[in-house]
Amino acid sequence: MQIVVDLNRCQAYAQCVFLAPEDFRLSGDEALTYEPNPDDARRLQIQRAAAACPVQAIVIDRLDGAERSVTS
Amino acid sequence: MTLPATVAELVRDFRANGRIVIVGASLAGLRAAEALRDEGFTGSLTIIGDEPHEPYDRPPLSKQVLKGWVPADHTQLPRLRAVDAQWRLGVAATGLDRATRQVRLADGEHIPYDRLLIATGTRARQWPNPTEAALEGVYTLRSRDDAARLQQALAARPSRVLIIGAGFIGSEMASVCRELDIPVTVAERGSAPLVGALGGVIGKIAAEMQRDHGVDLRCGVGVSSLEGDASGHVRRARLSDGTTIEADVVVASLGSIRNVEWLEGSGLAAGFWGIGCDAGGRAFDINGVVTDTVYVAGDVARQPHVLYEYQFLAMEHWDNAVLGAEVAAHNMVNLDPDYYPYLLLPSFWSGQFGVNIKSVGVPPFGDEIVFTQGSVKERRFAAAYGRRGRIVAAVTFNNGKWLEHYARLIEQSAPFPPPPPGWDQPEDMNPMPAEFPAPGVPTAIPDVVLTGHDPSERRAEFRPRRR
Amino acid sequence: MAEETPWQQALRYANRANPYPFYEELRKTPVAPQPDGNYVVSTYQEVVQLLHDTRVTSDGRKRGVPFSNPFEGTVITTDPPEHDVDRRRMMRHFGPPECPHMIAGFEPEIRRIFGELLDNLTGKTRIDLVDEFAFPGPVTVICKVLGVPLEAIPSFHGWIETALDGLDFGPEANDPEQQRRAAAVPDAVTALRQYLGDLIGQYRKQPGPGMLSGMANDDGPEGPLSQESLVNNAMLMLFAGHETTVNLIAHSVMSLLRHPDQLEKLRRRPELIVPGIEEFLRFESSVQLWPTRSALEDVEIAGTTIPKGAPIFLCYGSANRDSERFENPDKLDLERPDNQHVGYSQGIHYCFGAPLARLEVQIAVGEFVRRVENPRLVEDPPPYRRNQIFRGPRHVWVDIDGIRE
Repeated sequence: MQIVVDLNRCQAYAQCVFLAPEDFRLSGDEALTYEPNPDDARRLQIQRAAAACPVQAIVIDRLDGAERSVTS
Repeated sequence: MTLPATVAELVRDFRANGRIVIVGASLAGLRAAEALRDEGFTGSLTIIGDEPHEPYDRPPLSKQVLKGWVPADHTQLPRLRAVDAQWRLGVAATGLDRATRQVRLADGEHIPYDRLLIATGTRARQWPNPTEAALEGVYTLRSRDDAARLQQALAARPSRVLIIGAGFIGSEMASVCRELDIPVTVAERGSAPLVGALGGVIGKIAAEMQRDHGVDLRCGVGVSSLEGDASGHVRRARLSDGTTIEADVVVASLGSIRNVEWLEGSGLAAGFWGIGCDAGGRAFDINGVVTDTVYVAGDVARQPHVLYEYQFLAMEHWDNAVLGAEVAAHNMVNLDPDYYPYLLLPSFWSGQFGVNIKSVGVPPFGDEIVFTQGSVKERRFAAAYGRRGRIVAAVTFNNGKWLEHYARLIEQSAPFPPPPPGWDQPEDMNPMPAEFPAPGVPTAIPDVVLTGHDPSERRAEFRPRRR
Repeated sequence: MAEETPWQQALRYANRANPYPFYEELRKTPVAPQPDGNYVVSTYQEVVQLLHDTRVTSDGRKRGVPFSNPFEGTVITTDPPEHDVDRRRMMRHFGPPECPHMIAGFEPEIRRIFGELLDNLTGKTRIDLVDEFAFPGPVTVICKVLGVPLEAIPSFHGWIETALDGLDFGPEANDPEQQRRAAAVPDAVTALRQYLGDLIGQYRKQPGPGMLSGMANDDGPEGPLSQESLVNNAMLMLFAGHETTVNLIAHSVMSLLRHPDQLEKLRRRPELIVPGIEEFLRFESSVQLWPTRSALEDVEIAGTTIPKGAPIFLCYGSANRDSERFENPDKLDLERPDNQHVGYSQGIHYCFGAPLARLEVQIAVGEFVRRVENPRLVEDPPPYRRNQIFRGPRHVWVDIDGIRE
């Protein structure tokens, strides 16, 4: 699955790190980094992280793999 | 039929049958395509991108990708919706003919459009000496492929990395090198890191952060030349102060160049700082007249901003790409009086050396700075920038939860200095000069630039119209 | 006698089950001065704005007339930099950056605890949702997180109930009966403080499991918490670490039973518990209001000037029903888009235990819906507890047909 975090919105509440620690990390107290392509096995954790974000900064792919195909 | 009905009819017909071409398949291009479909555009949509990859996100490249945590090909952007577009990836646009409304591609094809969105962004400025730039071990960082190559080089544990230029990307790369415990030298021609974007007062703090983390930071020096060994691998750099640095990885982090060359002869107001457009994303032609068919969004756009004396603003910021794309997309499928203005308060972030640096507004627009909260020593603080008694920007180091307080003050053009906080007051609350380099002093080019007042203003470089 | 303001009416015990019509009236004046000198903020935008305003203090002691309360000297009632330092000292034992896996690692234990509570309901036809499910789950979890022995639950539960019942900000505060309740608060708080002080003292001599021992014996980069701060914050964590979750679980189940369409949807699509809990937090916020803030300077907001020294009450329960921010705010929608509620506040005082609570409620409510057959509310509305901040039902009787595996 693909995600992106709007780090302008992010205020480092770190709810995502608590709920999906494999894919979100804090560097120091506030600098968030993350895995933009988490393993599908951790979908529940990612969904929890995105829902819990107090400023709704985490965007999950809404196509979910379907219809992604790119025709060149 | 009344006139409003005719306009409504026009809009309806265009949304159903129009042909839109987006040049640029990165963040702005993708979000614009999604916004167009959200706006009810069901006509044909073509997205052209010179890179072979689907749209991907760049900020992770200089952080988690370089560190080796996240593979470079994991950075694809999530889709907000299906866009049902013809994707032309791996082929650059090479020309624009506005008379016949066609985009020329590198493979010779011509793509016709009714409305065009230009979102071609920027590319990394290369090391200026081509022979030296071609040495093995010399890198730049802009694309996903750049990041993959540089990550491999770092994973091979070089004896020393030399980073030329201490803007945000250069500083973030230096931070990653230290996290990986790789010796790193940073050479910056300006007086301190980040000085173009945040001024000398903050730059001094950024310099201390680098040195505390073991970066060999050299400011006020340029790199005169790079030297390779017999096998063509870079081995050392000669600095303008006569010293040499032994390094087997060199990263040129010299800012970016706006991708406008393909517009030569198109008659658009395209130049060094990008393509001039109005606050609704409609491109200006070379005479300063707004076009109805060509729109601009993202890093390559340059548009007037109401908060900054209507000066034109060129911004290489993430949310500038997102919001600029949404506004341009809306305006592409609407007519007056339904246009949206683009009133983004600029903002950006940078994670380096365990500190989250965030900013709102346009710091270089200010000439004074005042610390408003926290402790510089602990690197947890907020500071505001002022100009002529008004607050125009703010920056926080590990104090991001307070930033929206300053954003509100900036939006209201509130007085500078702002009222002191009721607690956590910094030791020194006196405004002082922000120490931005004078125009023309060489440093890493900041990623938000006020570029003057109108598209025919002197600093814009126009290319001659082709006969 | 002057007519009561919407705020005063909202605070009346008789309106505890449904304060929302009064909030709606209240929001017509986003920042509403009250006869007692308090300024009540009820609209979303203004609440969020004041949460980020550097001229607002959370410390009741800094008011014109100091405001003494059981939360004094905790992270929720101090300002930066003291707040920031103490919160980091606590966070080292609870979450990132030092301890990122702790809460996620608790999930199996949380599942086991709530699973057993549901097992224990087998064979019953009528249950008290609060006493048999919503209370024992969270209180067990917080004891394990902090390292408080489970045997202590009955005594500290009594002290906390007494303290909660004694706090009243409304027109009934001066009723003789309420005055008697208020008079019992200091002893209850002292007893709780004494108990936790002793426990922490024991952990200093003999380290044990849980956060309290960890904090008592830590000498991190910013030094240890002072004994006073540690005890104060231990009280806060023990209390807030379960009371708000008890109320949230009870309200979540009640909300579902009152909205059969949403309950049915959740049965069909159990994954909706994830966004669902955010909607429950918005719809029936566990912390309805917060009373300790005040203005350190004159603050102009929404056409009102809050004068220096004036108490500020932020009403989260109302902000979360603000139609300027939320479409159809009185509708329960488990899939509500852009649900940026303030059920856990925002800014530096954002709920410390929110991730633990979220995990507990997702598991508790998710499992309740999956396993309990045909639950029906016996009494609607159920009887409420008195406290206005931590609003929740005292008992919720539910008739059931059985418990699935």
